[in-house]
Amino acid sequence: MSDVQQLKAKDFKSNQEVRWCPGCGDYSIISSVQSVLAELGRDKDNVVMVSGIGCSSRFPYYMDTYGFHSIHGRANAIATGVKVANPDLETWVITGDGDGLSIGGNHMIHSLRRNVNLKIILFNNEIYGLTKGQYSPTTPQGQKTKTSPFGSVDAPFNPLQLALGAGATFVARTLDVRPKHMKAVLKAAAEHKGAAFVEVWQNCVIFNDGCFKEWSEKKVRDDQTVDLVAGQPMIFGSEKEKGLKAEGCHIQVVPAAEASIWDPTVDSAGPAFLMSQLDKDPSMPKPFGVYRAVEAPTLEGLVHDQISEVTAKRGVGKLKDLIYTSDSWEVE
Amino acid sequence: MSSELIRQDDVTIRFAGDSGDGMQLTGTQFTETTAKVGNDLATFPDYPSEIRAPVGTRAGVSVYQIHFSSRDIYTPGDAPSVLVAMNPAALITNYKDLQPGSIILANTGAFTEKDLKKAELDSNPLTDGTLSGFRVIQEDINARTVQALAETSLGKKDVLRCKNFYTLGMMYWLFSRPIEPTLEWLNVKFAKKPELADANARALKAGYNYAELLRLFQGRYEVPKVENVPKGFYRNVMGNEALAIGLAAGAQLAGLKAFLGSYPITPATDILQYMSLMKNYDVVTCQMEDEIAGVCTAIGASFAGRLGMTTTSGPGLALKTEAIGLAVITELPLVIVDVQRAGPSTGLPTKVEQADLLQSMFGRNSEAPLPVLSCATPADAFECAVEACRIATQYMTPVILLSDNYIANGAEPWKLPDMDKLEKFPVKFVTDPEGFSPYKRDDKLARGWAKPGTPGLAHRIGGLEKDSLTGNVSHDPDNHQVMVDLRLAKVNGVADSIPTPELNGAESGELLVVAWGSTYGASRAAVERLQRDGVAATHMHMRHLRPFPHGLADIFRKFKRIIVPELNMGQLAFVLQSEYPEFRFEKYNKVKGKPFQARELKAHFEKILDLEVKS
Repeated sequence: MSDVQQLKAKDFKSNQEVRWCPGCGDYSIISSVQSVLAELGRDKDNVVMVSGIGCSSRFPYYMDTYGFHSIHGRANAIATGVKVANPDLETWVITGDGDGLSIGGNHMIHSLRRNVNLKIILFNNEIYGLTKGQYSPTTPQGQKTKTSPFGSVDAPFNPLQLALGAGATFVARTLDVRPKHMKAVLKAAAEHKGAAFVEVWQNCVIFNDGCFKEWSEKKVRDDQTVDLVAGQPMIFGSEKEKGLKAEGCHIQVVPAAEASIWDPTVDSAGPAFLMSQLDKDPSMPKPFGVYRAVEAPTLEGLVHDQISEVTAKRGVGKLKDLIYTSDSWEVE
Repeated sequence: MSSELIRQDDVTIRFAGDSGDGMQLTGTQFTETTAKVGNDLATFPDYPSEIRAPVGTRAGVSVYQIHFSSRDIYTPGDAPSVLVAMNPAALITNYKDLQPGSIILANTGAFTEKDLKKAELDSNPLTDGTLSGFRVIQEDINARTVQALAETSLGKKDVLRCKNFYTLGMMYWLFSRPIEPTLEWLNVKFAKKPELADANARALKAGYNYAELLRLFQGRYEVPKVENVPKGFYRNVMGNEALAIGLAAGAQLAGLKAFLGSYPITPATDILQYMSLMKNYDVVTCQMEDEIAGVCTAIGASFAGRLGMTTTSGPGLALKTEAIGLAVITELPLVIVDVQRAGPSTGLPTKVEQADLLQSMFGRNSEAPLPVLSCATPADAFECAVEACRIATQYMTPVILLSDNYIANGAEPWKLPDMDKLEKFPVKFVTDPEGFSPYKRDDKLARGWAKPGTPGLAHRIGGLEKDSLTGNVSHDPDNHQVMVDLRLAKVNGVADSIPTPELNGAESGELLVVAWGSTYGASRAAVERLQRDGVAATHMHMRHLRPFPHGLADIFRKFKRIIVPELNMGQLAFVLQSEYPEFRFEKYNKVKGKPFQARELKAHFEKILDLEVKS
């Protein structure tokens, strides 16, 4: 090969037949990721996609990058190993609400608190799809599923709050039916130096069809959602006539001109948490976009810095030094 | 009255006290000094799983036993001839193990009514006749230590903490050991707290001088050094430390950087601790959120081109099971160390057992074969760790290395290897895109290892069954059969690269004793004693447990009887019986959280051989 050519989105597609259900939200996510990688000029030999188990976790097979389809819930842990072993590899985690928040919930929070530089996409469809329709940790209370025929009694997680509570340095939410928004969010995640947690609301046409239609359908979307854009006022409505104003711990709907400016880079996670609380209030729009983006040292950076520091101080260790210690003696 | 210098070739001492009395430290110092004197030695620490059980109780007794000798030895000794008892609980829980006529040094400073009550004693064993037949030396070591340190500025509590060094001083005199190595150690250890170095040094010297001046003991012992020791450098090493060094060395011999993903668990934690010191050896250690994350990070690291390792004990191995299956199907190198402890469940976390053999061999869903090996002694742990790295990288497979609590915390002199002469086994990563296929195999059936970041080799691996040629996901029934067969054949093929076990004894005879793991020492010692009695017995140690080495059947058929002593209910015997149904494997099992004693095995072997003669 002569000159390195910038790759196109299609160059990131593998030759494997994609086997998600027709109409599945996963299709839009994979094509967004492919576009973003191409737009950012990424080298596919330097990208690793790690997934767990579930519909979404087939993702790596469909990408022409390095990939690891692992076991249920463990993608974050495996990806942590990849990233710490070789920090040069751009490492993505593909997971779902069951994989990443239920069986893998522990690894999720710990990879976020350690700030491993992973790009984590949580495909949230509020259902177990691959096992054919059981309630997940994000299924709303009361929903009837195959394992909750009389309605789920479990209180769900709010994934954003979980990530914020775990100390995530980048937290965002987007929607499968808004590819442009999704690309912008994924791009910001890819460029973030640290763990980036992106929740994607994604429809399951077979087992949970329409789960997000109150916020995804065009006719209601403008009034029911608000886009958080750094440095911009929080405005929404079909005519962008409404806004959100934050006062203390309260958010209220105000005329657009009075809307507060959104800043995801503030040190405190408080404002992001406050916005995530709107999920509980049916009278309020649900926020999308980047909730939080702050800088902090990454795990892999700290690990290798420490190795460099100790090596500079002590010199490159020779095996002989490990074995021939000061308390050894010679028999002549 | 002058004390006589008595030559002994073989001594076993047991230090026993409360968990807070510093018995492990006392024992370790005695061990270091004894190694420098030139004796062969083996040690056995035994302590409660609580860090500080209630003071003075039987549950809180911490024990350190050392066996040292002027000849080669294999075990920490059967019955001690000296017991140091720092309180009534230590005395009452240990004196029954002593040889008749043993010396007991009892610290009367801790034998008040209250102390006796804590040890659940109605009367004082020092005066009620319990100890008839022993030579009991009663000394108020507490008071002596306070006296010796009267001129220091330390508070009473700190002063009393030096009583173990006072005791150590007495033992150094009794066994004619120099005190200088411990004095040097104190200066290093307490470089920043010279008042503590000084206090402990004073206590040590005072104990030594007191024993000499007052002729507390009837005689003084001399244990000459071992003659004809092979030339070279030596040091004392504990099993966990040797393992950590071996893992680091193994990665380097493979030309790789090590990655240890682990989670603290008794008795394996030390390995993580030792390796976390090895930053300038390019060893990455990650203490993860749980056992599963420990193994998963190691798998991820191996995928990325480091040598992934994880260290654990039985309960942790159970948690890692599913991930190890992933390493089997993705055919990534991975070294898993299981420092076994007594179970099931939490069991007896600080006690020894070797009951994870079947878990290691078969404890995964479906057909998930992997090589299993075990170390015999603390020093052997180094070689086994290197061997595990060799097999993992040469065969692209997870490997389980079994150690146990007894090896982990036991110590012995280690003849240091010449690092430049250790055999290297460099890994050759795949770099050529021409004809690349992720599941293309070499003549050992190992697939190629192409690490992410290599141009032109982007590929996907995972837990779904793979096509045997392309590596793509395959649900084809015939392909699955092919892959299951391939994975098994690959692991079985490891046998081509391992030696047939050496025999300690004649190639044929009445009895073959087959041992594995830490039962090596007691089995070998028992067999050598039988041989001295003229019995045609032979000992064979098995380092490799899966696959079995070639040539075993040829060995087995030359013995009338084969017995497999194990600290479990007969796990190796079970597997041998199934692999070699033409022979009969007798079992000898014990699960008391304690190692075998050589005399116990010898007695059993004599019993079964006698029965044979009678019938």
